Amino acid sequence: MFRDSSIIRWRAYKDRYMLEGYECSSCGKKYFESKGMCPCGSIEFNEIEFSGVGKIVSFTQIHSGPEAFSEQGKYCVAIIDLAEGARITAQIVDCKFEDLAIGTNVEAVFRKFYKSGEKGAIHYGTKFVPKF
Amino acid sequence: MNVGVLGIGITKFGERWDQGLRELLLDAQVKSIKDANIEAKDIDALYTGNMGGGALSGQLHIGAMATENLNINKPSSRVEGACASGSLALRAGILAIESGEADIVQVNGVEKMTDVSTEQVTTMLMGAGDEELEGFNGLTFPGLYALLANAYMSKYPKLTRDLLAEVSVKNHFHGARNDYCQFRKEINIDVVKNATMVADPLTLFDCSPITDGAASIILASEAKAKELGSKVSIIGSGMGTDSLSLARRNTLTAIPAGKIAADAAYASAGIKASEVNFAEVHDCFTIAEIMAVEALGFAKEGEGYKLYKNKDTYFDGKIPINTSGGLKACGHPVGATGVKQAVEATMQLRGEAKGRQVKDAEIGVTHNVGGSGASAAVHVFKRVK
Repeated sequence: MFRDSSIIRWRAYKDRYMLEGYECSSCGKKYFESKGMCPCGSIEFNEIEFSGVGKIVSFTQIHSGPEAFSEQGKYCVAIIDLAEGARITAQIVDCKFEDLAIGTNVEAVFRKFYKSGEKGAIHYGTKFVPKF
Repeated sequence: MNVGVLGIGITKFGERWDQGLRELLLDAQVKSIKDANIEAKDIDALYTGNMGGGALSGQLHIGAMATENLNINKPSSRVEGACASGSLALRAGILAIESGEADIVQVNGVEKMTDVSTEQVTTMLMGAGDEELEGFNGLTFPGLYALLANAYMSKYPKLTRDLLAEVSVKNHFHGARNDYCQFRKEINIDVVKNATMVADPLTLFDCSPITDGAASIILASEAKAKELGSKVSIIGSGMGTDSLSLARRNTLTAIPAGKIAADAAYASAGIKASEVNFAEVHDCFTIAEIMAVEALGFAKEGEGYKLYKNKDTYFDGKIPINTSGGLKACGHPVGATGVKQAVEATMQLRGEAKGRQVKDAEIGVTHNVGGSGASAAVHVFKRVK
């Protein structure tokens, strides 16, 4: 399966490990990870590092996940507006689903994601914890 | 735009352990050819919608499978646009006729989903979202629509949990009256609310099921349709797209691609939303149907709930929605769904929707969405007078 490729994940290490993103050098719009052509027409971007502070825009609790996440049981995923302006999708951990709300402040943490099969690589990345 | 519908064919939807991808496709193909009263050799081109053949059956190259099934050597290709694959195949068929390249086209949709585990299907379906930005975080399709539902219900609290459940109740009511439907059983609001949670706030009964099935439709040029006596025409087609991931969208309380597609389809048909008599819409999750009726202009954004207060969307209501049972009850063999919607619209306009027939139906629309709204296609069907 595509998820077993370590190379796919290696290409995204900077974004995933350092929470790095991009800022359009023309209009200043900020992006997390893949960027494409900016609505302003520019394809020039500067790399920026996000502070990791943000707010929940919407959230849910997944009760039945894909194969690679079956070990995790139930887990929360949210869309988050980072303080600098970009929007990101990430898991929210170390909390109860019931305690979360739209508008809850969150902060980035570095965590394990999943393992690609018995002999596969362990994938890591950024998750978020609430700051009540 | 005027493209005739000569014939329709559909398999029984459900857990079809008796048939594989090839057999399901063949069944629908043969039925539409018989219904059109033509021969396989009369077909000039074929388009087949399919999403998961590669991931679930190890079978790609579905275009050639469709011609092999009929023992013909005509141009044929697979069209993929996630859950909108069927209506994108339909659109490809319409464009082939409109361009003058073909006089008669067979459009198919097929999906074989129950040969593998639910986790494998979940992983395959997540390919319709953004694998790097969403799939990597463990998001699932119910999860994506749950994110939309929470954002929508927080902004528009008049859409209550009970009214959201009404979408599923109504679709099961229709499904109970449709013999090609997967779940032919009526339910009530409590069944929806008390079902197993899949992704908060969506329960199992807010979600469309995993389904095997195929559908087929024969299209003809205006001249050919007149000659062969077609009773239904496609008079409008529109498509819209958006970002793969929700985080890259401008809004989480609507599916903009659906509105872009609807506006384009209405413009090409030269009609307004108020002229539509019924619609088959993409209710992959209950919240998606609310967003669909708003995209189609039957209600303003945030006011879709109003249609679910007084049975307006039942087959004998003001604006019947999903008389087939929708994706929820009829089933959602992803690549087949867009073509199934066209089959149901044609049945309604030919007066063949026994038990769920919309009275005096003249114009119907189909609305099919791929992913969490990254692709959407809308088609307008009209009864030939």
